[in-house]
Amino acid sequence: MRRFSWFNATSLTLGFAFLYLPMLILIIYSFNGGRNVAIWAGFSTKWYGELFRDQAFLDAAWVTLRVGLMSSTLATILGTMAAYVIVRGGRFKGRTVMSGMLYAPIVMPEVITGLSLLLLFIAIGLDRGLVTIVLAHTTFTMCFVSVVVSSRLVTFDQSLEEAALDLGCTPWDAFFSVTLPIIAPAVISGWLLAFTLSLDDLVLASFVSGPSSTTLPIKIFSAVRLGVSPKINALSTIMIAIVAFGVITASLINKRSVTKRLKDEQEAAAS
Amino acid sequence: MAQPAKTPVVFAPWEDETQKPVIQFKNVTKRFGNFTAIDNLSLDIFEREFFALLGPSGCGKTTIMRMLAGFEAATEGTILLGGKDISPVAPNKRPVNMMFQSYALFPHLSVWDNIAFGLRRSSMPKDEIGARVDEMLRLTRMEKFAKRKPHQISGGQRQRVALARSLAKAPKLLLLDEPLGALDKKLRHDTQFELMDIQEKTGTTFVIVTHDQEEAMTVASRVAVMDHGKLIQVATPAAIYETPNCVYVADFIGEVNLIEGNAKKVGADKYEVSWAEGQTALRGTCPREIADGTRVTYAVRPEKVAISADKPKDAANAVQGTVHDIAYLGNISTYHVMLPTGQIIKAQASNTRRLANRHFTWEDKVWLSFTDTAGVILTE
Repeated sequence: MRRFSWFNATSLTLGFAFLYLPMLILIIYSFNGGRNVAIWAGFSTKWYGELFRDQAFLDAAWVTLRVGLMSSTLATILGTMAAYVIVRGGRFKGRTVMSGMLYAPIVMPEVITGLSLLLLFIAIGLDRGLVTIVLAHTTFTMCFVSVVVSSRLVTFDQSLEEAALDLGCTPWDAFFSVTLPIIAPAVISGWLLAFTLSLDDLVLASFVSGPSSTTLPIKIFSAVRLGVSPKINALSTIMIAIVAFGVITASLINKRSVTKRLKDEQEAAAS
Repeated sequence: MAQPAKTPVVFAPWEDETQKPVIQFKNVTKRFGNFTAIDNLSLDIFEREFFALLGPSGCGKTTIMRMLAGFEAATEGTILLGGKDISPVAPNKRPVNMMFQSYALFPHLSVWDNIAFGLRRSSMPKDEIGARVDEMLRLTRMEKFAKRKPHQISGGQRQRVALARSLAKAPKLLLLDEPLGALDKKLRHDTQFELMDIQEKTGTTFVIVTHDQEEAMTVASRVAVMDHGKLIQVATPAAIYETPNCVYVADFIGEVNLIEGNAKKVGADKYEVSWAEGQTALRGTCPREIADGTRVTYAVRPEKVAISADKPKDAANAVQGTVHDIAYLGNISTYHVMLPTGQIIKAQASNTRRLANRHFTWEDKVWLSFTDTAGVILTE
């Protein structure tokens, strides 16, 4: 056990205050009874009620949710396929260039991605709406899924797949009954990453969304420009709660599986 | 190290002209880019054989195995299994199973499900699968661990599960890629005998890849010594050890004394090798015809060299030297004897008496003797 040190305590407090103080203030003010966001006027949950009666916000939330689910699922399928080919496809011509190109969109400015997608959709005559946002988010999040999945595939023992083929699997069967179950944690965390990225994307969505398909970040951004309403605080608090719940659950599941595995291995070594 | 006969009837289908080989390599070449892994190789393996491919890493032994399993295709030549060309057959359609060096057990499945994995993908009816898996668990003595996951069992147990899984589909041919590489020495020895036992019980043809010569000698009915993608010698372990066909094989398998000299024919298959000025020529055996004056290598195993204080009578070969070094290994001692020419000859003697009663010590003058059949003459 380390001794208490004033230096450690101070740096820890400062660091966490820097990270979480803004959010804490936002959460506190979401329970403010008054109309003015900067003046405390007693505890109340009335802004939450207001929020759930505001049809425009509910519509935007519904659009965001659907876009998130669809684009992250699509990005996970495409990203996993791409990672699989890049890692497992052997040394085909242009492999290095292609793997570089797969990850390049991560560092590409979103404004450029958004603009180019907008031009593409106009060129092929696709009306801006839900579909275009889903496509844009898939483009943008797919490379993140690829990074997560390929890092798992690199450490994956290839003889497992060969063993599956050897025991009578077709290549498809081998992928679904051996490879996929083993890389599943990476695929799931890739999906979660894609979903979160889609949930809070503002730049791409503002390029490719249509009049009937406003996402929550766009709605919040435009609402704030007209003046900060306590309703936005309430909405943000709900989003923080959802994200926190997701992150904590995922890490608990992960931690439990790791400790169980360690325990199993110790028992095996002892027996 | 020679293998004891397993059955009273000698098992030697490779000497029987009427026997059809189960595997035939016909002028097979495999290239990876510019690198030739297998170089124009022809080989027959027979049913119920325990065939060992032995060689240093990179000699092509694993490539042969991967071509049999279907993970690599031959660049030239044909591979026949039971008389049929197997090159168009996909790995999942071949009556061949492989036990991987890493065992490749599926970590998300239990021991039971690992063994049932191949059976579920065969035409076997569902109710028979359970019985077959239980039979395999009994064969490998893993009944108690059926419900465990691979990471919950020890290395030796994993090795047995991998064997059970590859045997479950009753393949015509079982390929074993360095199967005992990950086990410690004592467990290795036990497992070698277990493998031979299982091979005999199931009657499957086994092809094993190993770089451990002792392992190949112990388990195999025939050993193929490989180097640079070529077969150097294919013979029984005893023949490989007693009558190697070249210096490479003699040197690769066990310990050997090698002396260079010029050959001169003196009998039907007997030759004399003059190897140094003022030294008596060494008499040895060679089944092949050698022209007089050919540069040859005389090979004799250390355990076939007797060591004595006086010059033995009637010995075909006797040379004198001084004891340079003694390696005491418990059951045997190896004497390094320096000849007047400066050459070191190793001689092994069993320590039938206690160390204190040992006859020879450093710097003693001794005589080394060996018969003309112990000395083998190698032309390459």
